[in-house]
Amino acid sequence: MPTAFPFSAIVAQEEMKLALLIAAVDQTVGGVLVFGDRGTGKSTAVRSLAALLPKMQVIAGCPYGCDPEGDRTRCADGCGGRAAKGVTKTRAVPVPVIDLPLGVTEDRVVGALDLERALAHGVKAFEPGLLARAHRGFLYIDEVNLLEDHIVDLLLDVAASGENVVEREGLSIRHAARFVLVGTGNPEEGELRPQLLDRFGLSVEVKTPNEVETRVEVVRRRDAFDRDPKAFAQRWKTEDGKVRKRIAAARERLATVTVPDSVLANAAELCMRLGVDGLRGELTLIRAARALASLDGWETVTDAQLRRVAPSALRHRLRRNPLDEAGSGVRVERAVAEVMPA
Amino acid sequence: MTAKDAARWSDALLAASLFAIDPVRIGGVVVRCSPDPLRDRWLSALSHMLPKAAPQRRLPLNIADNRLLGGLDLAATLRAGRPIAERGLLVEADGGVVVVAMAERLSHKTAACLAAAADTGEVIVERDGIAKRYPAQFGIVALDEGIDDERPPSAMLDRLAIHITLRGMRLAEESETPTAPIDVATARSQLRAVQIDGEVVSALCEASLKLGIWSLRAPLLALRVARASAALAGRETLSAEDLGAAARLVLSPRATKLPVQEESDEAITTDDAGQDSTCDKGGAPAEDELQEPKSLEEIVLAAVQATMPPDVLARLKVSQSVGKSRTSCGHAGMFRVSSLRGRPIGSRRGELRSGARLSVIDTLRAAAPRQAIRRLEKAATGSEVRADRIDVRREDFQVSRFRQRTETTTIFVVDASGSTAVNRLAEAKGAVEHLLGDCYVRRDSVALISFRGSSAELLLPPTRSLVRAKRGLAGLPGGGGTPLAAGIDAARALADDLMRRGQTATAVFLTDGRANVARDGSAGRGRAEHDALAAARLMQANGVNALLIDTSPRTAAFARQLADEMAATYVPLPHAEADAVSKIVQANTEARRPGARSR
Repeated sequence: MPTAFPFSAIVAQEEMKLALLIAAVDQTVGGVLVFGDRGTGKSTAVRSLAALLPKMQVIAGCPYGCDPEGDRTRCADGCGGRAAKGVTKTRAVPVPVIDLPLGVTEDRVVGALDLERALAHGVKAFEPGLLARAHRGFLYIDEVNLLEDHIVDLLLDVAASGENVVEREGLSIRHAARFVLVGTGNPEEGELRPQLLDRFGLSVEVKTPNEVETRVEVVRRRDAFDRDPKAFAQRWKTEDGKVRKRIAAARERLATVTVPDSVLANAAELCMRLGVDGLRGELTLIRAARALASLDGWETVTDAQLRRVAPSALRHRLRRNPLDEAGSGVRVERAVAEVMPA
Repeated sequence: MTAKDAARWSDALLAASLFAIDPVRIGGVVVRCSPDPLRDRWLSALSHMLPKAAPQRRLPLNIADNRLLGGLDLAATLRAGRPIAERGLLVEADGGVVVVAMAERLSHKTAACLAAAADTGEVIVERDGIAKRYPAQFGIVALDEGIDDERPPSAMLDRLAIHITLRGMRLAEESETPTAPIDVATARSQLRAVQIDGEVVSALCEASLKLGIWSLRAPLLALRVARASAALAGRETLSAEDLGAAARLVLSPRATKLPVQEESDEAITTDDAGQDSTCDKGGAPAEDELQEPKSLEEIVLAAVQATMPPDVLARLKVSQSVGKSRTSCGHAGMFRVSSLRGRPIGSRRGELRSGARLSVIDTLRAAAPRQAIRRLEKAATGSEVRADRIDVRREDFQVSRFRQRTETTTIFVVDASGSTAVNRLAEAKGAVEHLLGDCYVRRDSVALISFRGSSAELLLPPTRSLVRAKRGLAGLPGGGGTPLAAGIDAARALADDLMRRGQTATAVFLTDGRANVARDGSAGRGRAEHDALAAARLMQANGVNALLIDTSPRTAAFARQLADEMAATYVPLPHAEADAVSKIVQANTEARRPGARSR
């Protein structure tokens, strides 16, 4: 596998980096959608995140990556049975960041009949697909707006329920598939369906930086990386290590971070003012703010965190006004200023 | 052959050599050309410069995902009795070059696959029970044979460093010879030795900003091209000449505006003189100018300006519209695709023809019951019988079937003539804007045609991008005559085109019906009305759904007649309100929507 561009070496694009970190700290925030200009390092950021995540513990040999501390009774591979017998060999593996390539077929996404065994031996066996591999990790879709509709529907269903139900080709299997959906795309190639937009927890708009210094720095680092990826990664190793520690510490702290009532009230007020439907927006807003507080080392969430995450958590949930020149990001910021005057 | 053509050809050859030096990192070359001998000459020059062992693959436009990315090799699988993966074209091209002919027709999806492979240097196959990653490092040559503003998908344009054009060039036989392969090979080995200082990077970044190039890939790619140029010349540092080459080949074709500079007007108006002055600027001032960083940028800008043709403004307009046009590229053959994509609705017996997708499981299922019989048959004829193999024959093949929703495109035809402009162009705009919102919710495509003066113009090809629609509408000017016939004809042509691709098209006219310009552009009410009615009849004959919204202050008899001729729903809107128009259109399209959509 080629060396990934170091996460900490990505210049600017703070909102995108923050959204990815928040998703890494608290998976329940939901997915991250990154939409924006070409050549802004969308894919680079996602791929570099993979190299950065702390390892996770899995039951050795389980194809579904069961969590040793989670509920294993429903594992399709019989982890539950193994646990009952006291077999609990675990090992540390990197958090999966699974690429959902364009041109993927449905059978590889959900899993299907194991062709090898079906063809050679006539045995009906299930071969887990990408959803199983992405369990407890990230599922990354580049050019999400070019993905075929029936695959998108399938992903949404699984992402919402956290479980993959396979009823095909005479197989009947269900297994846990909880993952963070990360999508990137370019609005010039067509927009996302509103239903899909809403399923992403955070949405980030990336723009090409237009300050000369930033641009020069981007080009300089990219060029250095291209010339010698290994040496470049080595140079940023300590920085990346710091980010990794920050994520790990934030995860530890997350459970104890408290959200005061005043912050909850402000979040509710914000959602109401923007006319965000349903509870999902409010929930994401709170969770993201909590993850951010945790990342920054705070024990309680304040309005400051709410302010920072509001645009990413809410901009894609607004009732779309196609003719509002201001764009949804600005509308959120306006509402934030009204609800929580600085 | 003029001196200018010679210079252009030598630049084209330079582009080929630089690309051949570092194909993967330079990304590729977009060659705007017609399919003529000149193109072939350039291609053969390039292929001569590439290493002998480097694979060169031609990518056909209609390539199936199976061939592009790889998948299950059915024949081999059936023969071996175990799944055997087929390597896709992108994987085969590893270490070489992929040539895309007619790149302007390439679909966004294929372009995205190419882009993903180019970005990561590998192909990930997750298809038909095969999960594999292959290395795939290649350069791309995109032959852009588009006319006017037809361009390859922007995902490609952005990633391929060098853009050259071979159009309108006349060349004598004995023109410059391409770089020798050995020189290219030497340059390749020296690439890493080329040192780049920070000032060069800043110069390229600043120059690209001044030229209105937003993508960050541009300065980066320019840097790589400059490096290849230095390596070719055997230099270890970049000279003004290298920067000039990068500016001409990479930055100049991407420029969307002219840098604000005193002498800029001069440089554009006197094109030939400008060409000569580059040679001077490229060579002589190298030593003294390299001293200060500011002048590096000037070298780049000067090189860019010198290559700008005299019709720079017209060209800039085209390049600006690149972003918002051609959503439809590569859609030819869309009506066939229903056997390839959409929701699977089971399978049926069929031949593996025209890219149909084999349903392996159903095939096996079909073969299973016959196994015992076949074994007996084989035993009877004395051929070898193997119990551990499944005997699958041609008649077992099952092909997947997919149902695809027919896409609906609403074509807005807006009368932007003087009479409407006075009355209510703003209101018409408001109504269309409102409708755009609805189309977005329904996932319909929209197209926008406006007519005024003496002709109709397609402001916005069918798109689902709201951003583009909004932009197209905002820039809609008003005034001039009413070439109603031209407007109807344009709508009919577009609708016809869409219907041939298996889509549903609805035309919505917003006009006051006061036609006063005939088809041939001559003024006069009688002739114009006659033509408009003829156009309307033709449209009705073609079976295009239509809706006519009369925007005149008082309902006009002619508009009503026109609506009758095109069998359109006629809606007089003496005082149209955006909301009301939207409701009418919605009711109209819902009623006319074919069954496939109402599923």
